[in-house]
Amino acid sequence: MVSAVIFLPLLAAVLLLFMAKEEEELARRFALGVALVTFVISLGLLVNFDSSKADFQFVERVPWIADFGIHYYVGVDGISLFLVLLTTFLVPIVLLASWDVHSRVKEYLFFFLMLETGMLGALVALDLFLFYVFWEVMLIPMYFLIGVWGGARRIYAAIKFLLYTMVGSLLMLVAILYLAYLHNAQYGAVTFDLLQLYNLKIPEQTQLWLFAAFALSFAIKVPLFPFHTWLPDAHVEAPTGGSVILAGVLLKMGTYGFLRFALPLFPDAAHAAVPTIMALSVIGIIYGALVAMVQPDLKKLVAYSSVSHLGFVMLGMFAFNMQGIAGSVYQMLNHGISTGALFLLVGVVYERRHTRLISDYGGLWKQMPVYASVFLVTMLSSIGLPGLNGFVGEFLIMLGAFKANVWAGAFAVSGVVLGAVYMLWMYQRVIFGELKHEENKKLTDLSPREIAIFTPLLALMLLMGLYPQPFLTRMEKSIEATLARVERKTAVVQVEPVEPPPVQVVAER
Amino acid sequence: MEHAHATAQALSLSLSVSYLRYIPLFPLLGVLFNIFLGHRLGRKAVNIVSPGMVFLSFLVSLHAFWNLPEGGRLVDTMWLWISSGTLHVDFALQVDQLSAMMILVVTGVGFLIHVYSTGYMAHDHDVARYFAYLNLFTASMLLLVLGENLLLLFVGWEGVGLCSYLLIGFWYTDDEKASAGKKAFIVNRVGDAGFLLGLFLLFWTLGESNVWTLSFSTIQQHIAAVPAEVATVICLLLFVGAAGKSAQIPLYVWLPDAMAGPTPVSALIHAATMVTAGIYMIARLNFLYALSPTALSVVATVGAATAFFAATIGLVQTDIKKVLAYSTVSQLGYMFLALGVGAYTAGVFHLMTHAFFKALLFLGAGSVIHGMSDEQDITKMGGLKSKMPVTFWTFFIACLAIAGVPGLSGFFSKDLILEEAYASPLGSPMLWLVGTIGAGMTAFYMFRLLFVTFFGENRASHEVQHHIHESPASMTVPLAILAVLSIVGGYFPLLHFLSPLFGEHHEPHVAPLIKYLPTVVGLGGIALAYVMYVLNPAIADNMARGLSAFHKLLFNKYYIDEIYDAVIVRPIVGMSNWLWKVWDAIVIDGTVNGAAHTMEANGSLLRLWQNGNVQNYALSFLIGAMAILGYYLW
Amino acid sequence: MAPISYHLILSGILFTIGVMGVLLRRNTIIIFMAIELMLNAVNLSFVALARHLGSMDGQLIVLFVMAVAAAEAAVGLAIILMVFRNKETINADELKLMRW
Repeated sequence: MVSAVIFLPLLAAVLLLFMAKEEEELARRFALGVALVTFVISLGLLVNFDSSKADFQFVERVPWIADFGIHYYVGVDGISLFLVLLTTFLVPIVLLASWDVHSRVKEYLFFFLMLETGMLGALVALDLFLFYVFWEVMLIPMYFLIGVWGGARRIYAAIKFLLYTMVGSLLMLVAILYLAYLHNAQYGAVTFDLLQLYNLKIPEQTQLWLFAAFALSFAIKVPLFPFHTWLPDAHVEAPTGGSVILAGVLLKMGTYGFLRFALPLFPDAAHAAVPTIMALSVIGIIYGALVAMVQPDLKKLVAYSSVSHLGFVMLGMFAFNMQGIAGSVYQMLNHGISTGALFLLVGVVYERRHTRLISDYGGLWKQMPVYASVFLVTMLSSIGLPGLNGFVGEFLIMLGAFKANVWAGAFAVSGVVLGAVYMLWMYQRVIFGELKHEENKKLTDLSPREIAIFTPLLALMLLMGLYPQPFLTRMEKSIEATLARVERKTAVVQVEPVEPPPVQVVAER
Repeated sequence: MEHAHATAQALSLSLSVSYLRYIPLFPLLGVLFNIFLGHRLGRKAVNIVSPGMVFLSFLVSLHAFWNLPEGGRLVDTMWLWISSGTLHVDFALQVDQLSAMMILVVTGVGFLIHVYSTGYMAHDHDVARYFAYLNLFTASMLLLVLGENLLLLFVGWEGVGLCSYLLIGFWYTDDEKASAGKKAFIVNRVGDAGFLLGLFLLFWTLGESNVWTLSFSTIQQHIAAVPAEVATVICLLLFVGAAGKSAQIPLYVWLPDAMAGPTPVSALIHAATMVTAGIYMIARLNFLYALSPTALSVVATVGAATAFFAATIGLVQTDIKKVLAYSTVSQLGYMFLALGVGAYTAGVFHLMTHAFFKALLFLGAGSVIHGMSDEQDITKMGGLKSKMPVTFWTFFIACLAIAGVPGLSGFFSKDLILEEAYASPLGSPMLWLVGTIGAGMTAFYMFRLLFVTFFGENRASHEVQHHIHESPASMTVPLAILAVLSIVGGYFPLLHFLSPLFGEHHEPHVAPLIKYLPTVVGLGGIALAYVMYVLNPAIADNMARGLSAFHKLLFNKYYIDEIYDAVIVRPIVGMSNWLWKVWDAIVIDGTVNGAAHTMEANGSLLRLWQNGNVQNYALSFLIGAMAILGYYLW
Repeated sequence: MAPISYHLILSGILFTIGVMGVLLRRNTIIIFMAIELMLNAVNLSFVALARHLGSMDGQLIVLFVMAVAAAEAAVGLAIILMVFRNKETINADELKLMRW
């Protein structure tokens, strides 16, 4: 089942190449259809997922390059499950938004489907070698999406994106190879099997080096301050769909990588890195928000807001407690949905006006009330209004971070204030006020197709805000397992006592 | 602490019911109706459905009120909301005495204001959007007061903040109004940040004793597990949130600007309900505040200071709504003063009476503005007494009530607060004195407002004068009902009703001077206003001229907004620009691009070697081969 | 019969002449011939060593090399011919197409 989800888009992408160039409409429908089928199949994962187990489920394991212990080894747990779903959910939406693309449609769709395969593969791979392959497969389509369908400085942005991410991942490759070597030294067999590598006993000094290599690669992807400067460029130049996927899923690869690989593989190093990463996360939260505040360009504003939001995700993860990590994973989903929606919203007006400057808008409510309402809800979700999805994640993260480090929690809370500042200010300048510009008086409100794009997103924002429990329950066991792996293995001192079980307060319920 | 025993007993009586959910649900249905059908079905349907939904809530609230077990509470648990590790939060509603009073005020006054709005907004084309917001506000406010745990309270807390933002900026084409809405939201968020930190600290502190909960009743049962010094920090952090929501120093600045919204909104949100959320929260957590006299004294001091400070600004404002806004800030200060001296009952009592008379004042002001063709400057009004009799008489009653004239609702609650401020173990003569002077100023500026608006000659243009008219019945009937409430509100047996939560109320024993002086000062304020604005208006002008520097300082609200702008807003924006243009673009991105450029430079040096001459390549090849050979033969 | 070292020395001399030819001459045809010279120098040592060691392998490889050299000569000369047609020169100094 997992393999079907991964490779169906790739298969469709190949088939797409055999279609006639002129059949744009057909190609779009075909791609959308395949993406929807993929989503439906992935829903099967959700339905059949057993939330009482911490292990990987739907596991498939086939020898690939047996001599080097490389397997095609995939599986899903509570952490990757929802990221897989997020991916399969966002791709059809992005493809539905692709009706706005008019040049080289077939290739555009091809790259998107290929990208989907890369992302899904990286999320479910349980073999480090396989993971690395998918990790790199993601880069290429994104490179072309930015470089071919992007804006004015697309070449610069695409190359910056590619090289920046590549630098990190090469170091990670070295670390992966070294891990396999270590396994050979300790157990007499080369393997890239993640679950076996978890059991390695690595000296703390070595852990630090390996962790640094992994962390750099993931930190660039996240992006963690100060490795974030590729992001605004890539977002601004990428086509709408590219931005959505970039923000919605690709950035999560970094945070997911930390959680799946860097932390459990090198627990001692991870503990040693906590102060650094927490500090960088908090700086990122505040810095991203402040810089977002003064951006004149809508997309850049959203891009910097991503830096701020991903700072929250990293902060929660490195709190190393249940609430923090659960909030972190939840916030990954939230960010994918609300920031994805924000980029789509920017795309809607960009498509009509061909400008992203905030000062070119103003008073849009008058002309586009439906658009303005959708924008309002999305913005509120992004600033974490209780009742919408963003709040649940941010709350859990801050709660966890506060436990781990009072000051980190306190500073993170200021991000909540600043988040409101830049979003509301932007919203006011775009939506409120008089219709100043003549061109804006001709703007049309959302078309039925666009409403179809936003409806599922808004529905999810509400659902995830009011009823997060189905999500949190399925994550819980896997997060517990991850937490257990992150416990220090070699250190003598216990950092904090194990939390005792909750007192029986059920009498009140 | 003396009533801890009584409250612990009360908690045991909790009845599980499943109808509380309808109280916020009805207004939510109204929201959906207004969003999806409002425009299609037209004004009439909207005017019926929106107040109707609130009325249904009111009926359910009454039902809950009557079925409230003696000294107990009703609980409606809907679903498990957030559960993660040790954190379990239910989506659950509760009604106890405090909540019962609050929901009756919210739905009752809310319903009247909804009805009033149908008249006030009769000429606005976007009425469906207005009622969608207003219904959403009602639902959020109900969630706030019904929430069974601190987190659900926070949902309502932020929800009302959102609606306040939307309604202040309802006329969004005016940039100033949109900005006022934004300011309200952001200042509230500053407070919310404090609230969240307090919540975190409370949660983890209780957790250290193995109590993992955010539910009010469970917190109360285990409150002994919170060390006193931690309680102080928690209380102060939560108070930051309360100060934001309830417009206290230093976070009050948003409320006067919030008057940009439609006047019924000011009445509902910025007088009767939302701004009292901070008082509600502290009253709700009285058992926590009881642990920390330090925090309580901060609450009392800030309250008294705000009461005084806002009253001085109110003395000279000329915008009818601004006067009322500063009056609201000042009255909220009184409520905090009461809470701070441990007189929770008095604070909540004043909350209720204030909801009646301040809503009435705002609605009256709305009626005046409506009749005066949207004029808000009282210097351009005057002589409206005969032209708008219902508005005048109801406004007059409200002024009497807020000034503390004996027999009306405000008298009872305000007197009680001042007596407690003096007599309570946490009180002090200083607090009483500040409060008493404030009461005198309150009476003065309210009657100044009344006299300037309704007495004397009308100073408006002929065009406007021609159109002056009494408001329609949809507006005057709510005025009349609120006027009745403003009179009789003081006789409600609220003090006894709330005793399961705050302990049995004991009339404080104070000297007659202390007891009666506030009333005398209040009456003196009225008399002074009468002299200055009716008998001899020249006095007022002379005073303004004679004390022009002081007058200017007050008129410009002590320049607080300008100071905040210069000290906080501008530096942050400046720093952000610097971070972006210098730090981000030059330092960080410069490093990144610098690395790339270094590589490029090295590459272009190396490529000189690749000169294209095959024979050079062959020579290198030979040298290389020889070197390898040499290495192995050596 | 001459000792094996004579053959090898001759082979070495021939190979060195070939290398020098490739490195120093500018005419591509001459370079080409020098390459052939190098190949044949190697062939010589192969044959000599095959004889010396009494193994047929070396002789076999020589045949192989000669076949490859013939093919190479055909392709190489064709390239030179085409280059001359296009560039009007076969001077290696002037044929710097292989840079940047």
